[in-house]
Amino acid sequence: MRFMLLLKGDPVGELPSSELIGAMISFQEELTKAGVLLAAEGLYDSSFGARVIYDSSTRRKTVVDGPFTEAKELVAGFLLIQVGSREEAIEWAKRCPVEKAVEGRPDHVEAVVEVRQVGDIDDLPDATDDQRAAERQQRADRGRR
Amino acid sequence: MTTVDAHRTVEAVWRIEAPRLIAGLAGLVRDVGAAEELAQDALVAALEQWPSEGVPSNPGAWLMAVGKRRAVDLIRRDQRLRRKTAELGRELEISGGDRTEAEYDAVVSDEIEDDLLRLAFVSCHPVLTTEARVALTLRLLGGLTTDEIARAFLVSEATVAQRIVRAKRALADAKVPFEAPEPAERPARLASVLEVIYLIFNEGYAATAGDDWVRPTLCEEALRVGRVLVGLMPAEPEVHGLVALMEVQASRLRARVGADGQPVRLLDQDRRRWDRLLIRRGLAALERAAALGETAGPYAVQAAIAACHARARTPGETDWARIAILYAALARLTPSPVVELNRAVALGMALGPRAGLELVDQLVDDPALKAYHLLPSVRGDLLARLGREAEAKAEFERAATLTRNARERELLLGRAAEMAEDGS
Repeated sequence: MRFMLLLKGDPVGELPSSELIGAMISFQEELTKAGVLLAAEGLYDSSFGARVIYDSSTRRKTVVDGPFTEAKELVAGFLLIQVGSREEAIEWAKRCPVEKAVEGRPDHVEAVVEVRQVGDIDDLPDATDDQRAAERQQRADRGRR
Repeated sequence: MTTVDAHRTVEAVWRIEAPRLIAGLAGLVRDVGAAEELAQDALVAALEQWPSEGVPSNPGAWLMAVGKRRAVDLIRRDQRLRRKTAELGRELEISGGDRTEAEYDAVVSDEIEDDLLRLAFVSCHPVLTTEARVALTLRLLGGLTTDEIARAFLVSEATVAQRIVRAKRALADAKVPFEAPEPAERPARLASVLEVIYLIFNEGYAATAGDDWVRPTLCEEALRVGRVLVGLMPAEPEVHGLVALMEVQASRLRARVGADGQPVRLLDQDRRRWDRLLIRRGLAALERAAALGETAGPYAVQAAIAACHARARTPGETDWARIAILYAALARLTPSPVVELNRAVALGMALGPRAGLELVDQLVDDPALKAYHLLPSVRGDLLARLGREAEAKAEFERAATLTRNARERELLLGRAAEMAEDGS
């Protein structure tokens, strides 16, 4: 079973401290040594990002530049792991040192690790056989680049 | 937290912590069997306490603290263990109990990597039967429960428990020390470790028994242990080679099974279903193996063969000539009629069925292949391509009687049915 651990937060204007970087590197090393880590990436904060928003009443799409508020809903990075169960994924999420991202801040902030299982088009009942085939083709093509 | 939730959490923690816990305890008591029992005691304590008291913030350290306390008690009582630990000059703090979690962490984590490596070598020690090595490896390095191992191998839990008990006794009777092998012994002992892991993988990849053609969980467990070994022995090219091989083969797992659960042969697989992430990881591991070794070992060569398939967008793009050369290299490293049979398949693809059949016909009298279903299966395939369908039919039927896997039998009988009776 594959799970994505989504690290939530959006430290606009501040780059991760060396302490946070060190803690994340140790955590990834721990995951690697346990044989469960498949991939990991970190994201720049939302001031470098943008949103494309579709409005159903105007039927138009607008582009909104970052930064965005609601920091605890924003993704700052992810870890892709392969584990035996949902519970194991949660156990690993508990060990992720997200506290290092918010420690020492005077205001009350939450640091969140969201645990989500990676999906498979075979599990979607509404997908047609052609759609399944097309999705697989795309995966195959992506893998070649 | 409900009791069920708490139990699930304990199991998940166990899964993560068991290898390091058992390794750390074995490092203290110098006895794998005793360490496994101590770890088990710690698990029981967790199952008793966590549902009511909550899961501690550092569950690994908690388990280790309990295990160590019991280890101290055990060493006090047990003359044999006392001697073992005294010989090694290991002083244990009898006070136990009141240490902080950080102190426990510090004591154990210094040497835990070395202890894990020792655990891997002892689990696959030559005094043990293959079945025992497999069970111990999954139990001690994979963190699986006896029940999980039993389900994976379609045997009863009592059988697995019995295998583990016997394995521990065999290690004790042979006085196997809790040590990594001496340099002179190391290549052979490492080969044994890798063999056990690949055996577990293969039982998942092409199940020798049961109704399912593949059992992906076993492949995942083998890969997990393999990746752990890479961390423990980063300078061993064959560890990378084995992981490369397993990653690339595992990338095909979903494509190996058809909609009705029937096996799908490599050349008939929908290559879009291959897992590109695992292929990329496999190719990267193969590069690491190549960078470390002057000449490729057997696992790296097999990984290179698997990589030839992984790189081909369509079966027609497969570099069969290179595969035939790699099989020749593999035959020099590990001479075996099975390797020759695979070389025959590659030759049959690179140069045509006649060239393949010529080599296969040299193998038909080999006693090692007498009951091997892939010999008549391959021979049938080559004969079919030469238009000798009646002979091919007989070979497919013979292959069907030899395989123990129900799904594969169906496939072979299906191929037999496609062949014309009269050989025209």
